[in-house]
Amino acid sequence: MEGLYAFCVGLLTACGIFLALRGRSFSVVIGLTLLSYAVNLFLFASGRLKLNAAAVLGQSEQYSDPLPQALVLTAIVIGFAMTAFVVILAMRARADLGNDHVDGTLPKLPNDTQQKTGGNQ
Amino acid sequence: MQHLSIFPVLIPLLFGAIMLLPPISRNINYQRVASVIGTLFMLMSTATLLYKVNAEGVQLYALGGWQAPFGIALVADKVSSLMVLLTSFMSFAIMLYAVSGQDKGGAYFHPLFMFQIMGINGAFLTGDIFNLFVFFEVLLIASYALLIHAGGKHKTQATLHYVILNLVGSSLFLFGLGILYGTLGTLNMADMAVKVGQLQGETATLAKTGALLLLVVFGLKAAMLPMHFWLPKTYASASAPVAALFAIMTKVGVYSIFRVYTVIFGEHAGELANIATPWLWPLALLTITIGSIGVFASPGIKTLSANLVIVSSGSLLACAAINSEEATSAALYYMVHSTLASAALFLLADVMSRQRGKAEDRFVRSRPFAQPRLLGFAFAILALALVGMPPLSGFVGKIMILQATQSTTQTMWVWPLILLGSLAALVTFSRAGTTLFWRHSGNATAEAEPAKKLEIAGIALLLLASPLLVLFGGDVSEYTQQAARYLHDIQASAYGLLPGVAQ
Repeated sequence: MEGLYAFCVGLLTACGIFLALRGRSFSVVIGLTLLSYAVNLFLFASGRLKLNAAAVLGQSEQYSDPLPQALVLTAIVIGFAMTAFVVILAMRARADLGNDHVDGTLPKLPNDTQQKTGGNQ
Repeated sequence: MQHLSIFPVLIPLLFGAIMLLPPISRNINYQRVASVIGTLFMLMSTATLLYKVNAEGVQLYALGGWQAPFGIALVADKVSSLMVLLTSFMSFAIMLYAVSGQDKGGAYFHPLFMFQIMGINGAFLTGDIFNLFVFFEVLLIASYALLIHAGGKHKTQATLHYVILNLVGSSLFLFGLGILYGTLGTLNMADMAVKVGQLQGETATLAKTGALLLLVVFGLKAAMLPMHFWLPKTYASASAPVAALFAIMTKVGVYSIFRVYTVIFGEHAGELANIATPWLWPLALLTITIGSIGVFASPGIKTLSANLVIVSSGSLLACAAINSEEATSAALYYMVHSTLASAALFLLADVMSRQRGKAEDRFVRSRPFAQPRLLGFAFAILALALVGMPPLSGFVGKIMILQATQSTTQTMWVWPLILLGSLAALVTFSRAGTTLFWRHSGNATAEAEPAKKLEIAGIALLLLASPLLVLFGGDVSEYTQQAARYLHDIQASAYGLLPGVAQ
């Protein structure tokens, strides 16, 4: 179970970092969202993974650590608010700056002929 | 007054919340009065807190009555109470400046300002590392909205970078916290400091990963190289009161570095003792260097003051790298000085740029100022303070840092860089002053807006701090020495905060 869990967190983190490094604000926002999912799963696992262990004393033989669950809850709320903010900000930047690149200007590619020819739609 | 420690968090929260409700939310004049009263209350309560901490020792406040290490504790010690007093004094002065018209650019300036102060104060006071994360987010989300206050293309672009960077930073913060909680089993900073010495082998390596991830996050906040690229643009494009308030934001990062890497991962951390020092050394020195180059290259006052913030961050990080009582004491003194002086420079830059028409704050020939004497005097005082010339506080602060170096190698690296950084500031300030005040084209026009009385009062209050820090230099440095001794003494800063835990 631990191996699969670790693999999932790792995959989510890798995808998140890759997307966060892209140039367009949309993929960056998706990347940040994936990263926050990975973080939430990771925090949850910091109290160790246990089966059949409720976070309540006296309910089962073993009990799991309740604190990471509280931490995850806080992290989810904060992450959700931040994602909402960054989505609105990205839309505002698209409107203000005229394109959706995070730098506000589209980089010119060396073999970019679109601008001269007007592009073929 | 057992609840005094939480007042610096509660007062801005209450005032911010009240200002969101009608009838205050509809009338900007009510909001202004409420803001000034709120910051004044905060100033009084933090001054009382500092007095009480100085007289009676550390004030430990267990939120909800849950005792540490299980509940969240607020720790008002000499370091944190100095920082909250600095924040309240600065926010009061900035608020005086803002109420005379700078707050009209967009809605909700006053509540957001209050919430940001609440986040800053909370980050200084908290004794729980997850709570530190929460307060970081509070101050960040308020700062995102404040940064874009009054709108404009430049602000949108700078805010987008700032928000994305800080969101990545928050994720890293949580990864670091998860690792530390997984290895140490606690989030209370004092308890972590006690338990970290027992880690061995693989667990210690894992905890080291978490600790260094936190260094990345704090370094991002503190504008440590190579995470400083966001700062000049962000600070230069923010509106004046916001930029001035942001002057303390890098200090929150530096403060967290001091707290985490002196108390938790300090001398007593067993295998993890002083883990940040080898990283902090080169990064701090490079930060000073790149900041000084930035100072030379600045085209306007706002960019100049943003680059000076980077230089001061570098100097403070160098103190953290030296990692001794004297260095921490010097850093605390220098932190108070540089925060107030750079906040004043941001405000002054705004007054100047409003009197220069299209030239704004750039170092180009332009029409003369409407109030040349007043502005020239303020500019000269600030330049002296920020360059570090006697008789103002910058001189004392820099001398304290220079004296704190311990070995010849440290002296060889720190002295030339800090002194060359001062030289860069001196050259740029002279060049800037000459152009701004002596090279004119055309005549002063009637449309130039003279500074209002409250604006002058706000700037004067910040300027006054610099000579006062020198006049009462003995008392202040004695206080910072005691604070530094407390921070380096694990018996006081960790075991003393945990009733029932013996060394």
